[in-house]
Amino acid sequence: MTTHNHKDVKESIIATRELRKMFTDGDKITHVLKGIDLDIRKGEFVAIMGRSGAGKSTLLYQISLLDNPTSGDIYLDGHNISSMSMVEKTNFRLERLGYVFQDYALLPDLTARENVAIPLIMQGKSQSESNAIADATLERVGLGHRVNNLPSKLSGGEQQRVSIARAIAHNPAILFADEPTANLDSESSSTILKIFQELHNQGQTIVMVTHEDEYGRVADRIIQLKDGQVGEEK
Amino acid sequence: MKRKSQSIIYKVGFFLATRQIRRASKWTTALIIAVMTLTFLNLVVVNGVLVGLIESSVQAARERGTGDVVITNLQQKSQIERSEEIVQVLRGLPDVTYITTKYTASGVLNADYRRKLSQNEVPNKAAAPLAGIDPSIEDQMFGLSKYVVEGSYLQNDDADGVMIGASLLYKYTPIEAAGFESLRNVNIGDRLKLTVGKNSKEVIVRGFIKSKVDANDFRVFMIGSEVRKLVGSTNTNVNEISVKLRPEIADAGAVRVKEILLNNGFDEGARIQTWKEAQPKFLQDISNTFGLLGNMIGSIGLAVASITIFIVIFVNALTRRKFIGILKGIGIDPMSIEVSYIIQSIFYAVTGSAIGLAVLYGFLVPFVDAHPINFPFSDGILYAPVGGTMIRVVLLLLTTIIAGYIPARMIVKKNTLDAILGR
Repeated sequence: MTTHNHKDVKESIIATRELRKMFTDGDKITHVLKGIDLDIRKGEFVAIMGRSGAGKSTLLYQISLLDNPTSGDIYLDGHNISSMSMVEKTNFRLERLGYVFQDYALLPDLTARENVAIPLIMQGKSQSESNAIADATLERVGLGHRVNNLPSKLSGGEQQRVSIARAIAHNPAILFADEPTANLDSESSSTILKIFQELHNQGQTIVMVTHEDEYGRVADRIIQLKDGQVGEEK
Repeated sequence: MKRKSQSIIYKVGFFLATRQIRRASKWTTALIIAVMTLTFLNLVVVNGVLVGLIESSVQAARERGTGDVVITNLQQKSQIERSEEIVQVLRGLPDVTYITTKYTASGVLNADYRRKLSQNEVPNKAAAPLAGIDPSIEDQMFGLSKYVVEGSYLQNDDADGVMIGASLLYKYTPIEAAGFESLRNVNIGDRLKLTVGKNSKEVIVRGFIKSKVDANDFRVFMIGSEVRKLVGSTNTNVNEISVKLRPEIADAGAVRVKEILLNNGFDEGARIQTWKEAQPKFLQDISNTFGLLGNMIGSIGLAVASITIFIVIFVNALTRRKFIGILKGIGIDPMSIEVSYIIQSIFYAVTGSAIGLAVLYGFLVPFVDAHPINFPFSDGILYAPVGGTMIRVVLLLLTTIIAGYIPARMIVKKNTLDAILGR
């Protein structure tokens, strides 16, 4: 991966050019991202780190299409997403991206299996096929015995594993994780990171935001953000 | 990347809706359905009672006043011409179940005829529209004996007996109005003087009748032969012929019977009307007015229902804003989310209406039919024809769909990330 280097974006699965994000609150303008240039190659496991307020989550939201940048370009898997409509972005997220949120973000009315299956059904798969894939993926994260449980009946670590299963069930091009271990104890955190490493070993591109050095070290490389800009890179 | 096909969008919407309904709080669901049920009943019952007030009068007038077809004398004639021929033709029609004939005349009933009145004293008398009947046939056709409130029904051979309609008696119709005379302190067994033109006869009060049909309650009944004697009629023509048809063909049959009579030229000497035509116009006007009132009240109910559903769905969507954001975040089409809320609205409306229909036709209508609401001028029924009720179901459904869609759309349109982060 290189930064501040305007190489051909087609070589990268994720690329940003002069990416900026600012927030306004009345007269007050806060520049959170100040012209980020990023290039992440397919199969990389990248950790975005930095202090609180450095802009790491904001950067993740922009490159994962959950938010719109103020200016700059984002290229995902060769597509310039600036030209995409809302519907196209929604479909892109459905087909190519996977998300693991800090607070798991499971749907409380759906069982573990249904939480994992719903994006698959939206993709057009039949319910039985979706359920079969969901069961297999939950088995893969060690929750084969909890498929029929509602999120409220699962521990935090289990909920996060369901969240991972939902994120990877459709074999996304990129897996985004926003502080996936922030709400978990150390044992559960280790389990989650182990799953991420396994996924990475199988060729999954992963972009993870974390503020904990210990967890960041499992990544191939670390991008340090400082005051909305890319700082040190390891 | 194009939008997913409609079938997938609806499938996911259905998937989400069914899970949300299934796993929602049972009490909340029950409360929403109860609101929908009451709204539905409000829509149907208020209108039904108002229209039923008049409809019961209309039905009563048909059942115990006119029959399905009624033939009366023309205004310029004193009797129905060719009465016997008409009756003969009617007897030959297979759909006719009963025929009654009446002799009518204007008379006066006087309760003070034996007493010498002082100079300023007003006699206790009242106008007496007379109806000469065959008591047993009249009872078979109109069931009049059921409406005798005091005394007894007339016997076929009771030449002196009369049965007085309640509207002619002060104790049943205590109206003090200029020009309106009613008999006071008249009891069963009392003797009264009945005068028709120059002829008079002493009669004995056998019974009082209160049928909530003016054609009966404003009349004095006695046997037909006595009325003919009083009138001095020398022919067999009558003044009123009522026809009852088999109930299953009564509406269409009435028109057919009228046509047959017209084709025979009986209209030259008689006025031939179906029960609808014989209905007083004011009844139809009141029925329309009450229907309008009922619809207005129902519309308010509909507005309340739509606001209720709007609030319910809005609060539901608002509390689930984060999850709506998550759904959008993981790539669920916003339309699927909207569809899920519409399906929930439909579920509430359909379930509420279904329970309402069951309550309406399983309990309320049969109950009110068996125990009519006792209004002074009619026995109020709950008038809820299936066609009109189904229109209200569809109205409720459409209103609910709109009321469910708007708040869902408002929430779904919010920024995805803001929704997820609860900003």
